Amino acid sequence: MSAALLEGADVDHAHVRRLSLRLLRSLLRPVAGPAWGTVALVVAAQVAPVAGPALVAVAIDRGLPAMRDGDPVPLLLAAGGYLVAAVLGGALTAAVVRAAARVSQAILLDLRRRVFRHTQLLSLEFHERYTSGRIISRQTSDLDAVRELLDGGITTLASSALAMVLTAASLLLLDWPSGVVLLIAVVPGVLLTRWFQARSQAQYRKQRTAAARLIVRFVETMTGIRAVQAFRRERPVAAEYGRLSEEYRGASAEGIRLNGLFDSGLTLIGNVTVAAVLLVGGLRVLDGGLEVGVLAAAVLYAKRFFSPLTQIGMFYNSFQSATAALEKLAELLAEEPSVPEPARPIRLPSPRGDVRLAGVEFGYGDGPSVLPRLDLHVPAGQSVALVGETGAGKSTVAKLLARFYDVRSGAVLIDDVDVRDIAPQDLRRALVMVTQEAYLFSGSIAANIALGRPDATRAEIEAAAQSVGLHPLVEQMPQGYDTEVDKRGVRLSAGQRQLVSFARAFLADPALLVLDEATSSLDVPGEQLVQRGLGTLLAGRTSVVIAHRLSTVMGADRVLVVDGGRVVEDGSPSALIAAGGRFAELHAEWRRSLR
Amino acid sequence: MPIERLSTTRAMARLLRWARPALPRIAAGGVASLGASLLALAVPQVLREVVNGPLLTEGSPGAVVQAAGLVLALGVLEALLVWCRRAFILTPGTTVEREMRTDLFGRLLELPVAFHDRWPGGQLLSRAMSDLGMVRRWLAFGLVMLVVSATTAVVGVGLMLATAWQLGLVYLVGAAPVVWLGFRFREDYKAVARQARDQAGDLATTVEESVHGIRVLKAFGRGGDALEDFARQAEDLRSTEIHKARTLSRVSFALGALPEAVLAVSLGLGVWLAAEDAGSVGALGAFFATAAVVNGPVERLGQLLAMTLDARAALDRYIEVVDTPNAVGDPAAPRALPEPAARGSRVVLADVRFRHPGAPPQSRDVLDGVDLEVEPGETLALVGLTGSGKSALAQLVPRLYDVTGGAVLLDGVDVRDVERAELRRAVAVAFEDPILFSASVRENVLLGVDDDAISPEAAEALVRESLDVASAGFVDALPHGLDTVIGEEGLSLSGGQRQRIALARAIAARPRVLVLDDPLSALDVATEAAVTARLRATLTGTTTLVVAHRPSTVALADRVAVLEDGRITGVGRHSDLLARHAHYRYVLTALGPDPREVPPQDSLSGLLDLDEPVGGAGRSRPGAER
Repeated sequence: MSAALLEGADVDHAHVRRLSLRLLRSLLRPVAGPAWGTVALVVAAQVAPVAGPALVAVAIDRGLPAMRDGDPVPLLLAAGGYLVAAVLGGALTAAVVRAAARVSQAILLDLRRRVFRHTQLLSLEFHERYTSGRIISRQTSDLDAVRELLDGGITTLASSALAMVLTAASLLLLDWPSGVVLLIAVVPGVLLTRWFQARSQAQYRKQRTAAARLIVRFVETMTGIRAVQAFRRERPVAAEYGRLSEEYRGASAEGIRLNGLFDSGLTLIGNVTVAAVLLVGGLRVLDGGLEVGVLAAAVLYAKRFFSPLTQIGMFYNSFQSATAALEKLAELLAEEPSVPEPARPIRLPSPRGDVRLAGVEFGYGDGPSVLPRLDLHVPAGQSVALVGETGAGKSTVAKLLARFYDVRSGAVLIDDVDVRDIAPQDLRRALVMVTQEAYLFSGSIAANIALGRPDATRAEIEAAAQSVGLHPLVEQMPQGYDTEVDKRGVRLSAGQRQLVSFARAFLADPALLVLDEATSSLDVPGEQLVQRGLGTLLAGRTSVVIAHRLSTVMGADRVLVVDGGRVVEDGSPSALIAAGGRFAELHAEWRRSLR
Repeated sequence: MPIERLSTTRAMARLLRWARPALPRIAAGGVASLGASLLALAVPQVLREVVNGPLLTEGSPGAVVQAAGLVLALGVLEALLVWCRRAFILTPGTTVEREMRTDLFGRLLELPVAFHDRWPGGQLLSRAMSDLGMVRRWLAFGLVMLVVSATTAVVGVGLMLATAWQLGLVYLVGAAPVVWLGFRFREDYKAVARQARDQAGDLATTVEESVHGIRVLKAFGRGGDALEDFARQAEDLRSTEIHKARTLSRVSFALGALPEAVLAVSLGLGVWLAAEDAGSVGALGAFFATAAVVNGPVERLGQLLAMTLDARAALDRYIEVVDTPNAVGDPAAPRALPEPAARGSRVVLADVRFRHPGAPPQSRDVLDGVDLEVEPGETLALVGLTGSGKSALAQLVPRLYDVTGGAVLLDGVDVRDVERAELRRAVAVAFEDPILFSASVRENVLLGVDDDAISPEAAEALVRESLDVASAGFVDALPHGLDTVIGEEGLSLSGGQRQRIALARAIAARPRVLVLDDPLSALDVATEAAVTARLRATLTGTTTLVVAHRPSTVALADRVAVLEDGRITGVGRHSDLLARHAHYRYVLTALGPDPREVPPQDSLSGLLDLDEPVGGAGRSRPGAER
């Protein structure tokens, strides 16, 4: 499924916009108190400077004559008042800066957490479809767009709107016909805003999509930089990135252009209105219907009415940009996990590790059935190896056990409880899956092992490392267990990374261990060490092992040969070898390869 | 992070490298912007003139219409200038951003793998996106507004000095602490601004890891812990941002309160002067009217300064990566690779040493003097324990890493003397972790084939042939066959399937030298046997170095070299080494002397049933007690 298809234009925009506004409201609700407090501070900060001109008037009208009479008190009072207003104004401005940052950062933190938590909840199916780059772009560049709105948004909107309302009210009180002229100007203003809204919405959606594409390409290239360099793809990859950058630039530039038109349009409307107020008022003065002084004031008010409009235009622009980003985030948050948490979870306090697949039918997405119908029982304590060709469905069985996916029909049962009903934390404690892909997170070696059980002590971590043969390797590292592993653990070889995965599994100490090609990159001695360790750990535990290496398989109690999603052979390794079926063939081939 | 002692002005000047072509338009935008601001200042004066002039004295409708027309004309001009500002700065602003972005990307493509090993993806991504966005906004808005505000303030103060010089002087003296506070603010804010951007980059890294490592997190049910870690980092970022706001609020207070406080003094002084008949009341009024105009830009300076410092931090972070010297670059005077001999190319490793950059000084080199010859056309397997440096050695040939001592020679030429593109055309690699891109199967296989060097029909045949050798017949069963999009944005394949496509890709490149890094580890035994048989037939004439863990992979090779403690301790045929070389036997079968003092597993030794004598009499190895 391509990104273009997912980001297609046939999405219901109205629905998405509703989703995004609902998200915005739900983000604002918890900070409603501080947000209103900030608005109040903004209002106060607007009012404080107004006192200034009045005090100047007082100083000149009253202080000056009094001073000439030798009485400095009124002047000192006025100047003192001015000083107080100055300090108060500064203090309020400073308070607004802090309060606004607190509100906006609280919202951002909330949003970040929500998106992160939700992506963790979503199933692998979603992750495979959505791609990592797009999830990353949601959590970085889309959040940046929201942040831009929050940074200047509240204060700008509050102060500008307040100023405009106050000015309009004053003008109406002063001279209502001039006020009416002003209000008529609101009509083209609204029309212009509607035009801008419609056009910029589409534009900012495009910009968000372009940004996501850019990020997807970036992430994919940097993740695969070795292959890019080894196969000399630098030039084509750079050309493609350049094309996407230009697409993003075009989308941003178009957004800025629209905003520029909107901005200039608002200025134009404002200035024309001022001229109109002057013309109408001036003619009325000639008729004697208006005092000259009132006209002067009316014209100044009209001028003042439109001056915050630029600010509001800027706010509206970042609002549009942030809404487009919020739409993307809201869509992500609206994704339902296809592996939902149980409504009435059943606890599994002391799991035995009995596994049963009852009439399981499964396929990926809408794809064909991978497991047409599988029945399988692994009694607690048994170690089972799944053998078969690539694509036979072995890994699928493992993923169903770990509930990475849910079955289409039938059920996967652990201790006779459907995995879909088991409390997630209990399922993860009962069952751990080690995969071929041994991902390391940035942080120390110890922290990476502790992923198996975060509350483990250093001694337990070392013991786990010891039992898989990782300990001597770690001891050689410059800071031992505190050595930081680099991005994607590149400085550890694939085999060493698999050892870390095993150490995690040891630490987790589950009742049921699923190993999916977990030893493929280990050398033979390393694999033996791991197996010996596993032998100790797994004594009395259930294990399901998928391996191509027969050396891994031979130690199992029972071998299942899988083909086309069905079990075609089932028995102990020696029995199967004796029976002379497929497993016997594989075994013979393996023996030949050892010579 | 290196501590920069550059001034912000100097730092911003480095932006010139990219901004130079845009400068005339940015300047024009600034002029338009300044014009619009000054015009906005002029309109009230015109209004006053109009009201005081025609309306009070003449009273003819024509004069009123004329006056309104003048105001209208000025208003339209202002709107035009506002539009001009946008139009002038719009294109260059976004173009500079794009240029910087593609330059960064180009640089990252150039920088060696060792660089990418050290730099977390999120840090690079945040530089490419949010840092450059910040720089663009500053260039298009911050810089222009800073100039306009500063100019307005200077002009305004000039006017104030002209109207009432004593009061103007007081205002200037009062401004001195503001400058000092501004300087202090710069020092404080610079550090937090940088910290906030770095933390945002770390957060992006955590996001990236949580997404790339989602399977591990799910397998261990650690989503909750990952969320906690993430939330902690996000909380750190939040407190840094709050700290930033606190610092900014201090300067906002100073810029808001100090000039006004000075005006309070001016007010007292001005009235006193007027009372003493040393100044006029009219001048006093004019002084305060101008001061009111100046205050806006002065207050704005705080925000603009903060924006400038944010942009500076972003630019620093960007420059840091873009200016990273490339340790694995092209030679100044590249040599051409000679034509290979009829039987193929020869690869020689002469006293090769390698250590990872940043490895602690006391640690030993990963490769500690490797001497090895791969004869023309032969397939040589490289066998050693996990972590012995096999993969590192393999990656030295196409210069994904560079040797830290000695040399790798391809047909007698040091690989460092050859242009990287030419070298990598001659050497193809199949990696242990197969890396596929979001593209069709066909495109993935043809990744190392130059488009112009091959006809479409030949390319098609090549893809088929390569996939056939890699036993990747499964591609025909994919929904769109060779056109099926695979990789992140496409169909997910199993590990074994990905490995086979990566192998087909290396084969399709038809290199002189093929480097296979444990290329079959995820294949099942039957498929592995099939691939091995076909590979052996195909590789005749292609010099091949294959990293192996398993006897089944070794079966590919004509000869085997044993890598032990950073050196080659044995070269020979598999059966000979198995018989004579204790460490080799140990690596491939886990039998024989064990450097980690763990006895071999009984169950398995019984199963192996080797024809070769199972030896216990291996020589003691120096690295055994590592």
